[in-house]
Amino acid sequence: VQDLPGGPGVRQLNLHAAATRIATEQAWLHWFMLITSTVIFLMVFSVMFYSIWKHRRSKGHKPANFHESVTVEVIWTIIPFIIVILMALPATKVLVAAKDTSNADVTIKATGYQWKWGYDYLNGEGAGLSFLSTLDSTHREMSNDGGNAADKPDNYLLKVDNPLVVPVNKKVRIITTANDVIHAWGVPAFGVKQDAIPGFVRDTWFRSEKVGDFYGQCYELCGKEHAYMPIHVKVLSQQDYTAWVADQQKQMAARQDDPNKVWQLTDIAARGEKIYAANCAACHQANGKGAGPIKALDGSPIVLDADKTKSIHILLNGRGAMPAWRQLSDTDIAAVISYTKNAWSNKTGQVVQPSDVLAQRGK
Amino acid sequence: MSAVLDNHGHAAGGEHAHDEHHAHPHGWRRWVYATNHKDIGTLYLLFSFFMFMFGGVLALGIRAELFQPGLQLVNPELFNQLTTMHGLIMVFGAIMPAFVGFANWMIPLQIGASDMAFARMNNFSFWLLIPAGVMLVGSFFMPGGAPAAGWTLYAPLTLQMGPSMDAGIFAMHILGASSIMGSINIIVTILNMRAPGMTLMKMPLFVWSWLITAYLLIAVMPVLAGAITMTLTDRHLGTTFFNPAGGGDPVMYQHIFWFFGHPEVYIMILPAFGIVSQVVPAFARKRLFGYASMVYALSSIAILSFIVWAHHMFTTGMPVTGQLFFMYATMLIAVPTAVKIFNWIATMWQGSMTFETPMLFAVGFIFVFTIGGFTGLILAMAPIDLLLQDTYYVVAHFHYVLVAGSLYAMFAGFYYWVPKWTGVMYDETRGKIHFWWSLIAFNITFFPMHFLGLAGMPRRYADYPMQFADFNAIATVGAFAFGLAQVYFFFWVVLPCMRGRGVKAPQRPWNDPDGKGAEGLEWEVPSPAPFHTFEVPPKLDATATRVLDARVMPERHEPVTGIVHAPR
Amino acid sequence: MSTSTHGSTPYYYVPQPSRHPAFAAFGLFWVILGAGQWINGIQWGKWSLFFGLAWLFGVLFQWFRDAVRESEGGQYSRKIDLSYRWSMSWFIFSEVMFFGAFFTALWWMRSHSVPSLGGLDNALLWPDFKATWPTVSPGSTASPGGIVEPFQTMGPWPLPTINTALLLTSGVTLTIAHHALVAGKRAKTILWMWITVILGATFMGVQAYEYIHAYRDLNLKLTSGAYGSTFFMLTGFHGFHVLVGMLMLLFITLRLMKGHFTPQRHFGFEGAAWYWHFVDVVWLGLYVLVYWL
Ligand code: HEA
Ligand code: HEA
Ligand code: CUA
Ligand SMILES: [Cu+2]
Repeated sequence: VQDLPGGPGVRQLNLHAAATRIATEQAWLHWFMLITSTVIFLMVFSVMFYSIWKHRRSKGHKPANFHESVTVEVIWTIIPFIIVILMALPATKVLVAAKDTSNADVTIKATGYQWKWGYDYLNGEGAGLSFLSTLDSTHREMSNDGGNAADKPDNYLLKVDNPLVVPVNKKVRIITTANDVIHAWGVPAFGVKQDAIPGFVRDTWFRSEKVGDFYGQCYELCGKEHAYMPIHVKVLSQQDYTAWVADQQKQMAARQDDPNKVWQLTDIAARGEKIYAANCAACHQANGKGAGPIKALDGSPIVLDADKTKSIHILLNGRGAMPAWRQLSDTDIAAVISYTKNAWSNKTGQVVQPSDVLAQRGK
Repeated sequence: MSAVLDNHGHAAGGEHAHDEHHAHPHGWRRWVYATNHKDIGTLYLLFSFFMFMFGGVLALGIRAELFQPGLQLVNPELFNQLTTMHGLIMVFGAIMPAFVGFANWMIPLQIGASDMAFARMNNFSFWLLIPAGVMLVGSFFMPGGAPAAGWTLYAPLTLQMGPSMDAGIFAMHILGASSIMGSINIIVTILNMRAPGMTLMKMPLFVWSWLITAYLLIAVMPVLAGAITMTLTDRHLGTTFFNPAGGGDPVMYQHIFWFFGHPEVYIMILPAFGIVSQVVPAFARKRLFGYASMVYALSSIAILSFIVWAHHMFTTGMPVTGQLFFMYATMLIAVPTAVKIFNWIATMWQGSMTFETPMLFAVGFIFVFTIGGFTGLILAMAPIDLLLQDTYYVVAHFHYVLVAGSLYAMFAGFYYWVPKWTGVMYDETRGKIHFWWSLIAFNITFFPMHFLGLAGMPRRYADYPMQFADFNAIATVGAFAFGLAQVYFFFWVVLPCMRGRGVKAPQRPWNDPDGKGAEGLEWEVPSPAPFHTFEVPPKLDATATRVLDARVMPERHEPVTGIVHAPR
Repeated sequence: MSTSTHGSTPYYYVPQPSRHPAFAAFGLFWVILGAGQWINGIQWGKWSLFFGLAWLFGVLFQWFRDAVRESEGGQYSRKIDLSYRWSMSWFIFSEVMFFGAFFTALWWMRSHSVPSLGGLDNALLWPDFKATWPTVSPGSTASPGGIVEPFQTMGPWPLPTINTALLLTSGVTLTIAHHALVAGKRAKTILWMWITVILGATFMGVQAYEYIHAYRDLNLKLTSGAYGSTFFMLTGFHGFHVLVGMLMLLFITLRLMKGHFTPQRHFGFEGAAWYWHFVDVVWLGLYVLVYWL
């Protein structure tokens, strides 16, 4: 394995190379703390070990009799007090700077889902873009295989299908929220970490001074796939960013589905199969048999039920450990349900249309 | 603990006429029906050691899975269950009950009381641990497996858990009830049952540390009970405390939890401070330096612990004023802790030190705990914590303070008092092997985790990027070595002592011929300590460390057991 | 030392080995096992729960009977009396902390989460939610997620005020009983104790009626979002404590009728009274914070 630029290095001993001013200052603070602590530590323990060495009975040392001194106590209460104040001062400065999310150039909402990130560009250049960012499924399989370390790539568990793209040297404000449970959005090189709390928005910001790829992970326990929802931020030069935005907008327009389109079973099931592989197979398995507490879909009474709304409801609203999938488009939900209703031994012949899904939203 | 296997229920060598009045049950009834603080203390210690083993095996499961990248042994669900149950069992099943065991054994002896204030309730506190322990261990076998939301049981993840979550919540209720009863018992014993002359400011520091800890417990255990009760009703009765769709707030759970959780971590360290404060003077042959300021420091730590909880929540997005407040308050705790460290060192200074195993563990404690304290301070700096929160740096921090802190202090206490408990000396060489082996293996396990955390490896991860592989492998090797050291400890040190194998312990094993060494009333009774001690309050000398006359109650006629006149 | 050799009160009574603690823990095992299953819809849980509770009460009955015998048998010295006083005080303190958790939840929801959910920050997520307290005031949906049916709130008038009066009166009657006991007028004590117990029972009756009223007429339920959750949890746990306190007073009354307690020594009485006053004070907090504000 090699170091991953913008991500962890092999046997890395310290913080990531900073890509923002805040991260630089955090690294400085950390060094400052490390050095002061080490100095205090060495001072304190050189006294202790000196005493351990000199004042031993085996060396014939006789115990002294003192056991109290108010002066000394006051001194060694005040000195640490002063030291911690000196430590707190620079920390205050950095903290206040790190919390100032005003005047952002680009604002992006990052939504944590079990287990992927959704990005919506709200303000600034690129506003209106929106996509999901999921761990590369081959990496997830590699993880399951256990197996040999040698055949795992440098960006193992950090590769996503759609990285978050931002411009360099621009203040990017990230608004975090979550769909199901708490996640945390963090990128070490930017010195940023912010919990994503369902039902509430929080924010943080960064201004990357370097172009390149930067990696982070989900930092708050969010269920079984917690280790598999990485964050990949691609920082582009202003030009490249503009080009990327234009390109994305074109693609989005092309991808727009007509929600009223009426699909044929084979077409929609083929589409559903892909969506199933990307989103559902991690839990329900490719063969639809589930595993452990995860319900099997193959032969499931709900999937087989003639009442399509049952399946639609569970997808839209979740149930128990099953997360809600509201964030998928109507067509995608319709497709994946149509697929499950006809895959494996499920041969219902039912087709769910996007309009069926739309009709159930919010119910 | 030779008494443990001695089916007479009486300490060996006791010609205690008095004991004949009591029909002590023998065999299993002696333990199940126990009202004797020493027996109950033994039960607590054995229970917690068993839970420590179980929690340790879970930890080894975690470490084995993390030995290499990729999932080899367990699936991610089970991994989260291991993490969660490891944390819960270690905290609530191992460390806390073990300290209560020490309290049971030593507090009555140290303050010259006949027993705990409420002997039956004392046994109830112990026996409550059993259903709770069975529940926690058994949750692995419930449908859906054990709770897997982390030991902090954050909502709303807990709302997704299976039935075992409810079992876990009820188990925690029971554990809380046990702790509250235990604490009330300890408080009352200390406040009401001290021998005349044992003023508060003459009490041994272990007693002080427990008095303060017990107050922390009765203040925060009910709060935890409240938090998990809300989780329970959110799960089943449709309340929306932690559900924003109904006006609740997941972060509110965290505030309530950490209002309990932070004092909780000091609950696990203050008795350790107490033990170390007993051991260091004994082996330095010099009185504890700065007794009064030690007491004040303990109290300040306890008081401050109520206003720092949100340092666990720096990344939840508090207003900056809140973050600053909690950062400052947290850093302040370094001051009283500094006072403690300095006083211990001043106690050693100019002493006449020897390094038997208890002292080794105490010095090891001071040294390694301080590393953990400093990393705590680094975490307390909110801007740095933004990088380190929920990474292995935190895991490293708290194992330094919990394993090398609480656990080491308990080892120190065990070696220090085991002659009094069992009447035999442990094997010194084996003790030393246990110490050095543990110390080295401990650091191999947990030191690399600092690097992992700095490099950003998140905690509670079943699998990790390749770059983290080497340090994880080292940590796993260390963990197994550390675990084996504890197995060695149990079979080669604890069991022989319990069987009574070994050199017979003198009444004052730690004292030089000139009388310098360990002080305190526990050394005024023979080894092993008789079944009943101080049935009537003894008359103490001015320092309250020596018994002048065991019979101050004039109306008692028969000789009182167990008190051997201290040869001066 | 358990039974003094000379028939006098021992310096500090340490009970004989006893099976009650372990047996009580055994009962509790079935309680929590059963509760954990039943709440998940597993039917045998119910039987485990009932068995455990019955067992537990049986054990507690014997346990308390033993303690009462020891007390009446003169085994309890002044020292022990003091121990009981300390322990009851700190137990009540821990109960205060328990209620503290729920009062904190109320405060947090009122002044943090609900306003913030309806505030500008979260308009992104809940555009339609307007924050008010209670969450059903005009112009507000009952919850951000629209998961709460409209409901009406429980005002202080008339039921809670009646209950306040009942509890306050019961505090007074209890004090009268205490004075009577100290003055050695046992019959009078018993009379006023019964009045106190009946006041407590009436309180619970009124509260039961209030709950029925809430569910049936106001559509106010546990599931009524922030308001319903805090309302029922606070008043519910309080009600539970009233029940416990009332049972304590009832047993004390029965003991009085059996001739227990003396004008000088009656900590059992006082402990129950302290508890009752604690319950009273919590109610006043509830009355103001839940019903009035
Ligand atoms: C025994 C348990 C114990 C103890 C004693 C401590 C002690 C301290 N802890 Fe620790 N902590 C935990 C157990 C403990 N902690 C646990 C279990 C967690 C994780 C919980 C979870 O999330 O699962 C945690 C997490 C934790 C965090 C949150 C990290 C995060 O999640 O991001 C923080 C942040 O402030 C912190 C800080 C501190 C501090 C400042 C101390 C201080 O008390 C330390 C004071 C000691 C010293 C400073 C060293 C000695 C002093 C000197 C030698 C004097 C000279 C020094 C100076 C003048 C500076 N701890
Ligand atoms: C309170 C005390 C305590 C103690 C003593 C320990 C002890 C240990 N802990 Fe623990 N740990 C916690 C409290 C504690 N821990 C908490 C609170 C968490 C957080 C949980 C959470 O995130 O929710 C945690 C989390 C935690 C993690 C992070 C998990 C994760 O984030 O996914 C790891 C990983 O290495 C770990 C390892 C260990 C190890 C190796 C030991 C060792 O010291 C254990 C040594 C003991 C033994 C090994 C048992 C004895 C041996 C046998 C019975 C025989 C078998 C042995 C062999 C064959 C060798 N712990
Ligand atoms: Cu999402 Cu962890
Ligand atoms: Cu803390």
